[in-house]
Amino acid sequence: MMSPAHYLFLSLALFLIGCIGVVTRRNVIVVLMSIELILNAVNINLVLFSRVFGDVAGQVFALFIIADAAAEAAVGLGIIIAFFRNRETVLADEMDLLKW
Amino acid sequence: MLDSILFYFFAGVAVLSAALMITRRNVMHSAVFLVTTLLAIAGIFLQLHAEFLFVTQIIVYVGGIMVLFIFVIMLVRLDVAIHKMRFRLQKFVAVLVTVVLGLELFVILHSAGQLPGGGLFVPGSANPDKLAPNSEKLATSLFSNYLLPFEIASVLLLVAMVGAVVMAKNRKRTDEP
Repeated sequence: MMSPAHYLFLSLALFLIGCIGVVTRRNVIVVLMSIELILNAVNINLVLFSRVFGDVAGQVFALFIIADAAAEAAVGLGIIIAFFRNRETVLADEMDLLKW
Repeated sequence: MLDSILFYFFAGVAVLSAALMITRRNVMHSAVFLVTTLLAIAGIFLQLHAEFLFVTQIIVYVGGIMVLFIFVIMLVRLDVAIHKMRFRLQKFVAVLVTVVLGLELFVILHSAGQLPGGGLFVPGSANPDKLAPNSEKLATSLFSNYLLPFEIASVLLLVAMVGAVVMAKNRKRTDEP
């Protein structure tokens, strides 16, 4: 097995790429995809520590995170479809209904 | 040796296609690169001896969530603003902040690695190969210690499903006189 630090740095890299995607992209669908990437980076950490400590609880929580990600994607994409039907856009800077 | 080759292969594929995912202009290309990243992460799970999560990752993410994403991309007309570039300053500031955050976490992880035991408090009894029959261990833990969170997760999924259907539904004005 590789040292835990390798996996931690891989997880850090994926997390940062996801963060950059969330804050720089204007397309809300890509922002949602970047959030999925962040959740996966966290999952790598959980599975790694589950293996290091010989305790299966980390994998259980990774499973819950996958279920949460599925729920979040379903609701988020539902919102995107509803918004697109009303405003004909999926760009974050054109979503200004609450701005005055 | 094989372990490290596999790790660097999966890690390289994951990071590279994640970087491509957030830089492609075409959203469909982003989705395809995200699928590649998720498959590479599934490979990392397999390398960490989490076989059940490996299968779950492929079935749920690649088979479920990404299909949902691709359906929505095809439902939504996206060609309007693909080539518009705006918010230069915001993009610069955002990348700067993320790089600072990354440096901070890097320094933390790196200095923790200098501590004895790599900064990890590993209990003396911990044996990395204790997890051998992975699915069995996971199921035992899930259905005994974590039964209540498991049931709550099912309620969460039900709520999300109902919410998504309600929000994406086409509201016809049939109830008006």
